[in-house]
Amino acid sequence: MVESAPGIHPTPTTRTGVPRWRTAAVVIAVVAACALPLAADDYRVFQVTLVVIDAVALLGLNLLTGYGGQISLGHGAFFGIGAYTTAILVHRFGFPYWATLPCAGAVCMVAGFLFGLPALRFDGLYLALATFALGVVLPQVFKFRGIESFTGGVEGISLDKPHAPLGLPLSPDQWLYLLSLGVAAAGFLVARNIVRGPTGRAIVAIRDSPIAAASVGIDTAMYKSVTFGISALYTGVAGGLSALAVQFVGPDSFSAFLSISLLVGIVVGGLASLSGAIYGAIFIQFVPNVAGDLSKAAPGAVYGLVLLLSIYALPFGVSGLVKRIASALPRRLKK
Amino acid sequence: MNCKTWTWAAALALTLASAGCKRGSAGGGEQKAAAGNGPIKIGQTMPYSGPASAYGTIGKVEAAYFQKINKEGGVNGHTIDLLSVDDGYSPPKAVEQVRKLVEQDDVLFIFQPLGTPSNVAIQPYLNGKKVPQLFAATGATRWADPAHFPWTMGFNPSYQLEGRTYGEYIAKTQPNAKIAVLYQNDDFGKDLLKGLKDGLGAKAGAIVAEATYEVSDATVDSQIATLKASGADTFVNITTPKFGAQAIRKAYDIGWKPKEYLSNVAASVGSVLTPAGLDKSVGLVTVGYFKDPTDKQWDSDPAMKDFKAFMKEYYPEGNAAEANNVYGYIAGQTLIQVLKQCGDELTRDNVMKQAESLKDFAPPLLLPGIKMSTSPTDFNVFEQLQLVRFDGTTWVLFTT
Repeated sequence: MVESAPGIHPTPTTRTGVPRWRTAAVVIAVVAACALPLAADDYRVFQVTLVVIDAVALLGLNLLTGYGGQISLGHGAFFGIGAYTTAILVHRFGFPYWATLPCAGAVCMVAGFLFGLPALRFDGLYLALATFALGVVLPQVFKFRGIESFTGGVEGISLDKPHAPLGLPLSPDQWLYLLSLGVAAAGFLVARNIVRGPTGRAIVAIRDSPIAAASVGIDTAMYKSVTFGISALYTGVAGGLSALAVQFVGPDSFSAFLSISLLVGIVVGGLASLSGAIYGAIFIQFVPNVAGDLSKAAPGAVYGLVLLLSIYALPFGVSGLVKRIASALPRRLKK
Repeated sequence: MNCKTWTWAAALALTLASAGCKRGSAGGGEQKAAAGNGPIKIGQTMPYSGPASAYGTIGKVEAAYFQKINKEGGVNGHTIDLLSVDDGYSPPKAVEQVRKLVEQDDVLFIFQPLGTPSNVAIQPYLNGKKVPQLFAATGATRWADPAHFPWTMGFNPSYQLEGRTYGEYIAKTQPNAKIAVLYQNDDFGKDLLKGLKDGLGAKAGAIVAEATYEVSDATVDSQIATLKASGADTFVNITTPKFGAQAIRKAYDIGWKPKEYLSNVAASVGSVLTPAGLDKSVGLVTVGYFKDPTDKQWDSDPAMKDFKAFMKEYYPEGNAAEANNVYGYIAGQTLIQVLKQCGDELTRDNVMKQAESLKDFAPPLLLPGIKMSTSPTDFNVFEQLQLVRFDGTTWVLFTT
């Protein structure tokens, strides 16, 4: 596991065994995140909301791919299913927006679990292809005319922005940001408990050696399916949040490239690292913008170049680099 | 992390958050992006990357055209500053980029954002903020809806207008026609068919057979056989390129010789009529609205010469033979006309008001007889299209 990669020396810890620098970093990050509206206008708040939402999706994918070792090239599909679930429930059935998020998660979890049952019996590349098929097919399904009265066909569905409840003095952007932040915080806590508990150990054991895992009594197929379901749940909730934040869903919002982009996010952020989801989200949100600013002729080439450089320079992702610096720093200071 | 640390962090975070939010909601009010004497800032989203990046040339040719206008002194003394950004044909990206353009860059309006999905996604936001979404680059019919979206105006002639043009022409010239229709089963096909029926008016009963196909179908052979069996003497072929070519060839091969109308999206001589067989395509009728840069008949046309000279000087890396560049050039000219009409009152209200008051504006690259006119209740920029007939080598204009 990358969390305890060789070369990282023991650092001072609190009673619970968490390094002090990490406690400090987490406190600073949480405070800074909540204080963001103090420093930023509505547009920046909106942009960071998208980062937070992507981070939730990446967290889900990282459970599956980083910890579980199953490559999914189709998580954009779950993001899309979550987004459409929220949009359809709000728009066609008049659900309150907050109630749609659990629904989006549940629908995706069931979809992920059912898809996982047969598909996860494939290994490696075959699973990657099966999930890729899902990512390619789904945008077409959203366009299907038989369900057009629900999905809005190619023109999609536009939504109103939810206002802050209880007359709180918040703009819709600020409210949605705090809501996303709350969902993300809960998501991170749950994910942390999963990966540190017996379930997480089983998931990692299956990744590292499926035969050994099976021989100690782990039901590998079931664990893989459950992981797939949980992973899809995270991504689906993120999709639901994104439908509310962007106020629009359409088949072109969830192209196959979205799935690839999510995979890029977890690799650049750091596989099997919870904090990697945040770094990855920042990457997939901002690097395309930077690429577009640098070159209108070939933004794809700039994006590719930045991606190549990150892979070469950061073999364990951004989170690997952060850990390396953080563990080296106290020793330097002592000298 | 222990409980105490968490409690402290949470308390601090809440305090900061509530303080910050109050300030945030107090600031950031509506601001009018009036231009004063400086440059006119215009925003735009374009698919420079992604599946529709072939259209990106429209944004580039427009930027080049405004560069030419600026070099010649601008509009009423104002230069034009076009901020054209990539949305990768992704609606969420388009929303993010448009919000940046409006809230951070203070653009006066958004010009020619491209693609139906991206335009649908940004429409509620721009209308809510009262920022003009001017001359959206898409062919859907929904953009001319001033009652619900007074800040949105499309540019492309709609598919319904195209259908209406065929319908009116058939009703006038073939009062006893028996019409068979083949159409693609999606928004494009249905919009065009609706226009056709509207154009036929009282004669809509003349449609004796309708057949559809899905984009995923392999061929339309059986549909053509069915349509022929209906005994129709007129065939309206509402298809995209691949199916257009199949339909033309199959109808000819099974000995069906109706008067044939072909939708404009499938009207390419190179990619549709040539594979179908040029001899089998003689007599086809379609519509157009601007001059085709590959058509020899415009080689000595002054407007086409000007366009080609402009391409050479300002956008040499672009392809002067590409129709999208002609399109972007015409859209640029239309915007300049709107800004000229605005005079020194460069407000969002006035930009929209002037866009609603185009009167018989006819940039010279439009086909003869095509004009742009708008009004506060009619946001369709184009009111008519030009019928053209294929003579075996090129599309020839004819008057009706």
